Amino acid sequence: MSTVRIPPVLRENTGGSRSVEVTGGTVTEALEDLFARHPALRDRVTTDGQLSGFINVYVNDRDVRYRDGLATSVGPEDTIILLPAMAGGARQA
Amino acid sequence: MTDQPNRTFREVTAAEAVGLAREGYRVIDVREQNEWDAGHVAGATLVPLRELPERIAEVAPDRAAPLLLHCAVGARSGRAAAYLTQLGYTDVVSLKGPIDHWKQQGGPWEEPAQLLSPGQQRRYARQVLIPEIGQEGQRRLLDAKVLLIGAGGLGSPIALYLAASGVGTIGLVDDDVVDESNLQRQVLHGVDRLGMRKVDSAELTLRGLNPETVVTKHVERLMADNVERLIAGYDVIVDGTDNFDTRYVLNDAAVKLRKPVVHGSIYRWDGQVTTFVPFDGPCYRCMYPTQPPAELAPACSVAGVLGVLPGIAGMLQANEVFKLVLGVGETLAGRLLMFDAMGTTFDEVRIWRDPACPACGEGAATAATTPEPANVASAVGA
Repeated sequence: MSTVRIPPVLRENTGGSRSVEVTGGTVTEALEDLFARHPALRDRVTTDGQLSGFINVYVNDRDVRYRDGLATSVGPEDTIILLPAMAGGARQA
Repeated sequence: MTDQPNRTFREVTAAEAVGLAREGYRVIDVREQNEWDAGHVAGATLVPLRELPERIAEVAPDRAAPLLLHCAVGARSGRAAAYLTQLGYTDVVSLKGPIDHWKQQGGPWEEPAQLLSPGQQRRYARQVLIPEIGQEGQRRLLDAKVLLIGAGGLGSPIALYLAASGVGTIGLVDDDVVDESNLQRQVLHGVDRLGMRKVDSAELTLRGLNPETVVTKHVERLMADNVERLIAGYDVIVDGTDNFDTRYVLNDAAVKLRKPVVHGSIYRWDGQVTTFVPFDGPCYRCMYPTQPPAELAPACSVAGVLGVLPGIAGMLQANEVFKLVLGVGETLAGRLLMFDAMGTTFDEVRIWRDPACPACGEGAATAATTPEPANVASAVGA
């Protein structure tokens, strides 16, 4: 099982869980398993079946854009991090 | 070189040495550079003892020339004099006793350039003691101009520490007024400031903390048509805004003007911090090419935020500012640091420059018109 780290803005879709254990040999397979466990997540992070452009996906500390994209392999010890941009700060501008 | 001083050279007292120097003896200081920097005989030549064999022929080609060697107390200059005597120098004397005696005897002395006033030396003593800072680093801080976008949650702790540490100019961009709901985290402000402009409240607080820091108030919102004017005069920009439009606008202008941006964002129990150094590392668009929809990016006023969170993220940002200004250490350029206050964990992921980035990539207009990569240490502080 590999671990998917759930960012704060998506935790309402995982019942508050900060990480979810999933199976799958690639990022795609791991995310499919994640969506099977938490169906509401699918629409939050995918658009027309593709991962949305505003979500960065890392396997451990590596951005999959610079590896094999969603085909990047994932091992049982690996952590997948879903990272949408966060805005919060001063109410300014 | 020998360890046994050879007695064919002469050792002299400070009083004699001052007289000999007046008669035309050439003074050679065999101490180290750092000792020289702390003050030295006026008109002397620095040749550290270990460099003597290599440099003496160039420094004193005439072996009959009268030479007066000195160090701190006379040990190193004794060895140096013995060595020169062996080489065939015929008129070498070594000053015996503390170099302070030279000063007491009225010998010409040059004090080091004073980078800090006595008051500044007292105020900043604890950080001037740090080898990576010292007087020179403190001077850089005093000369630095740092712009904070927002005088709220992140801006508050950052401004407090930058001012306390002697950052010379702090610019604040904020057109908001202090609201009661701000006080849980915006520690620049207080109950007696409700309704006051945040930049005015910030100025009062910062002046009380450090009257030497100049607070420049920009009562406006950062937008595409004023961003370049706002950031142009500053060395480092600190981004603590809460919406993506502003972050992209700031990013593109900062890349164009080659200003490093220290980025912080917070949400409930989580914070993210990184540093964007144009063309040396990725920019904000490299990291997030696409803006998320509004429901995935709620402001603090909607989502809530733990009071200490901007304190923690802000301190990490302030730390980045110090390193950028001082030109020391490793910044977060190319790394996104993620802090989870609920689990008290820090994680980081690597972020890369995107060759296709519309702001700083190979095809970008700013990249094409600006040939040389920015050098942070020279771009700031100096």
